[in-house]
Amino acid sequence: EDLRVDGRGCEDYRCVEVETDVVSNTSGSARVKLGHTDILVGVKAEMGMPKLEKPNEGYLEFFVDCSANATPEFEGRGGDDLGTEIANTLYRIFNNKSSIDLKSLCISPREHCWVLYVDVLLLECGGNLFDAISVAVKAALFNTRIPRVRVLEDEEGSKDIELSDDPYDCIRLNVENVPCIVTLCKIGYRHVVDATLQEEACSLASLLVSVTSKGVVTCMRKVGKGSLDPESIFEMMETGKRVGKVLHTSLQSVLHKEESLGPKRQKVGFLG
Amino acid sequence: MAGLELLSDQGYRVDGRRAGELRKIQARMGVFAQADGSAYIEQGNTKALAVVYGPHEIRGSRARALPDRALVNCQYSSATFSTGERKRRPHGDRKSCEMGLQLRQTFEAAILTQLHPRSQIDIYVQVLQADGGTYAACVNAATLAVLDAGIPMRDFVCACSAGFVDGTALADLSHVEEAAGGPQLALALLPAAGQIALLEMDARLHEDHLEQVLEAAAQAARDVHTLLDRVVRQHVCEASILLGD
Repeated sequence: EDLRVDGRGCEDYRCVEVETDVVSNTSGSARVKLGHTDILVGVKAEMGMPKLEKPNEGYLEFFVDCSANATPEFEGRGGDDLGTEIANTLYRIFNNKSSIDLKSLCISPREHCWVLYVDVLLLECGGNLFDAISVAVKAALFNTRIPRVRVLEDEEGSKDIELSDDPYDCIRLNVENVPCIVTLCKIGYRHVVDATLQEEACSLASLLVSVTSKGVVTCMRKVGKGSLDPESIFEMMETGKRVGKVLHTSLQSVLHKEESLGPKRQKVGFLG
Repeated sequence: MAGLELLSDQGYRVDGRRAGELRKIQARMGVFAQADGSAYIEQGNTKALAVVYGPHEIRGSRARALPDRALVNCQYSSATFSTGERKRRPHGDRKSCEMGLQLRQTFEAAILTQLHPRSQIDIYVQVLQADGGTYAACVNAATLAVLDAGIPMRDFVCACSAGFVDGTALADLSHVEEAAGGPQLALALLPAAGQIALLEMDARLHEDHLEQVLEAAAQAARDVHTLLDRVVRQHVCEASILLGD
């Protein structure tokens, strides 16, 4: 009948709040609040050496910290397992050539490149972590401003890296092809999008689908103790693609609207 | 030392403040709905979140339960993007463990633990952005969070840091002033009785100057108390409006 406990349909998301540029000493940051799930992502750009097998590209490093704020079980090393699982999923969805243009992060081949450290901080856990985290990562990458550098070569051949004087002169990343994860939980014979904690407890198996804004699926993974039959997997994938495209269009419009307000925008952060 | 002048001849600091002036403080209680108590505070560019769970049953070994009072458990964690240089581990390193122990000592002095025997109160503090005075911001945020959780306390716990430059005591140090290497004092005060919950000092300071620095920190802590009191009253006002009183 397409009605869930809180009145939503099977393919409806809860109210999502996205705000960028929350932490000022990072290259880019974003905060996403999806119902009771609260995620803060900070991106720091540092200079490093390119990897040996890809000398012309920079790279991304993900780190997920499940803070004890979310639940007391995450105290000490309790949140490490979940954090590693989420970080590995993020590495996999970004592990293709088209998600983000890594060649633009190269400064000089084989010697210097930009390394983007994407740090995810999980503040409150209210179900549907993967979706919220992928939306926050996309928003933070959209907000990232990497300073423009020039490589100067002098007579002996030694290279010097010069940072541009203007602090607003920076390169932005193109996040059009960055995928977002849509989690579909199988409850009974139907599947739902954006499950709350109670709905996740009732579902035996879920499918994580990573979808780009054009509807291309980059990664797919089944999680959970139960088993899924192949027809439901195809159905869930179709739903995931449909829902993913809508999610991307609304996220793009929110990010562009925030950007258009310019530097005079009122920053709310956690005070609102 | 060439370069940075921490206190100019006219008495202005690096960010334009006077010697005894605090940074702008903004705070909010009840940030997270799922925790028992939560609060967020911004002191200048230092941002800290505190969350309280409890009082609840002791987790882990029951042998740790105290028969006549509650166990206070604190964890201090700072986000990897909080400092200028990226931190590798958010918590578990020596500094975070030490801060956790200091917070525990501070709050055991203030919370009325005899009212909740054989139970545990968890206080988790997360620093989102560190620009000096992180201990003080954590204590202030944790006070608000404990109040939001409804756990009875003897008094507010208000903290502030202080330093000493050129014969003048400075209150509420920023990161630039802390990194300059002068003496630093961290003070946690229970304002009504004037009792000190925690006092910690780093670097060398002549004992003749100690009283001046201590008084500057205590005055700053009392100013923080005025602000926190206002935040709590406003929160209670809003909550009672929502409940329809």
